[in-house]
Amino acid sequence: MRGAEALRMALEALRVNRLRSALTMFGVVIGVSAVVILVAIGTGAKEAVEGEIAGLGSNIILVVPGQVGLGAAPTQSRLDLTDVAYVRRVVGDPSKVTVAVNSGEPVRVGRTEVFATVTGTDQYMPNIFERPLHRGRYLSATDVDTRRRVAVLGSEVADKLFQDVDPIGRQITVAGVRFRVIGLYEPVGATFGVARDQEVHIPVTTAQRLVGLNRINGIAVGASGPDEIEPLRQKVVQALAERYPGERFSAVTQTQLLGTIGSVLGMLTGVLAAIAGISLLVGGVGVSNIMLVSVRERTREIGLRKALGARQRDVLRQFLIEAVLLTTIGGVIGILLGVGGSLLIQAVSPVPAAITWWSVTLAFGVSAAVGVFFGVAPARRAARLDPVIALRAE
Amino acid sequence: MPAVEDTAPAAEEAAFEAVGLTRSYRLEGVSVDALRGVSLRIGRGEFVAIVGPSGSGKSTLMHLLGCLDRPTVGVLRVNGVDVSTLDDGGLADLRNQVIGFVFQSFHLLGRTSALDNVALPLVYRGVGRAERRRRAEEALTSVGLGHRLDHRPSQMSGGEQQRVAIARALVGDPKVVLADEPTGNLDTRNGEEVMGILARLNAERGVAVVLVTHEAEVAAQARRRIHVRDGLIELDDGDAP
Repeated sequence: MRGAEALRMALEALRVNRLRSALTMFGVVIGVSAVVILVAIGTGAKEAVEGEIAGLGSNIILVVPGQVGLGAAPTQSRLDLTDVAYVRRVVGDPSKVTVAVNSGEPVRVGRTEVFATVTGTDQYMPNIFERPLHRGRYLSATDVDTRRRVAVLGSEVADKLFQDVDPIGRQITVAGVRFRVIGLYEPVGATFGVARDQEVHIPVTTAQRLVGLNRINGIAVGASGPDEIEPLRQKVVQALAERYPGERFSAVTQTQLLGTIGSVLGMLTGVLAAIAGISLLVGGVGVSNIMLVSVRERTREIGLRKALGARQRDVLRQFLIEAVLLTTIGGVIGILLGVGGSLLIQAVSPVPAAITWWSVTLAFGVSAAVGVFFGVAPARRAARLDPVIALRAE
Repeated sequence: MPAVEDTAPAAEEAAFEAVGLTRSYRLEGVSVDALRGVSLRIGRGEFVAIVGPSGSGKSTLMHLLGCLDRPTVGVLRVNGVDVSTLDDGGLADLRNQVIGFVFQSFHLLGRTSALDNVALPLVYRGVGRAERRRRAEEALTSVGLGHRLDHRPSQMSGGEQQRVAIARALVGDPKVVLADEPTGNLDTRNGEEVMGILARLNAERGVAVVLVTHEAEVAAQARRRIHVRDGLIELDDGDAP
């Protein structure tokens, strides 16, 4: 028997039992589309987070006091601006180091008040972080040196406080102190749930006076290239450890963040795919079950085919092709549904979804393999039927 | 007119040649002999009825002759080939090329057209689609069903269904047609028609017809009768080998 003939025969058999074939396929369809959609969501989440991290800027090292890690208690900062100057000397290029003093404060214009993250920083911030200006200017050296009460607004803060009015040159009140708006940032979105568009940047010196502390929350260092990150990180950490013996300082790089978060999300994607894979397996068991029923029902047909000259391998091939057709047709439908579902999720929900070719290919391959694997037992049973007994079957 | 152009040795002229065929089954640990040493020779172009009551072993004999089963002991040559030398695939090929089956309950594929039913043996011979169609159409025409090619078995009478089955048995140009109670499920008129077709095939094409039946009337239409009882040949009124 020719291969094309076997295929035609199998298609005919599936067509004859349309409803049963469709229901059997349905299990595979669900499994495959679940794999595709869940992997797309996992991958989308990973890409989104990686995009956020990359969106911060390139080659950034964040230096914070204490130990950074899950479950570590926040450490009271003992760093101040002299330490920033020290790190600048260590790094060698002052323009590659910037500082942050953070405080949540109410910001008011007229009767409109919003709660914003007020960040004291300096003129070097734009060298290190990706923070494009929409209008106006960044903080300047003079702003910092003379403790000017000037502010650069995140896009959301500006929208809420000024709506359609151009904020440049206008007054805002931060924690009861009046500031003049000198600049407006482009929207940049959130990073790790930190709404960066809800920030108000003021000179670090002004911020320290505003909150009544001379401490700072962190230092950010920009490396000149990806290869410089790790040596620079070690240099800064070591220098600070020497300056404050017995204390710990952490320097986190984007690469570390990417690595940690990437592996966590990669694992999550794997778990999701595995759960979906189980449903594919269940679909495969369904195929096996239906094929066994089909073999039993068609015992007389098998006996007849054998009497007419079908060899064991002809019968085996016929039933195996039927099983594989069930799973691969189900697989293709599942892929279409999965891709469609992923696109829909991407379009109408905040959940990011990114279709990956490997998951589509894998889902199809697995569904074909499921057909072979779960089809073999029923097909062998059919192939080995004794024609005399099979012909007598009722 | 039987074909006589064969150059094979005389011993291979026979459609079937059996020596001491025994077939035992094990039923719940007990060995039961369905056939207990049957020897016979059926030549090409013969029209033979195997007759016997139920349980006589005639069905077992039929299964052995049809290469659906293998003897426990004994030698069986089908068309000159010793079946013990063949594996399962070889037996399948022998069934496909040498033997045409007609069953009591027709055994047609229900949701398949008459044409495709008849063409089925050719599928396993690797014959192309167009050629299968042509030959199946020819076979159906020869049993008087040239006008019902695309009908399904469910749309046909019992007599028509059995004629489709005969066309299927013939489509591969077999040496022998084995018919197991071919009239058993038919009324008298259809039964006579089917017997008529079998007789005509035998006479016109020289195909050997081996008929298994328990009906004396049907057996009477054959030119030779082999009576089987208790797993042995009781009487063979033909030209003994």
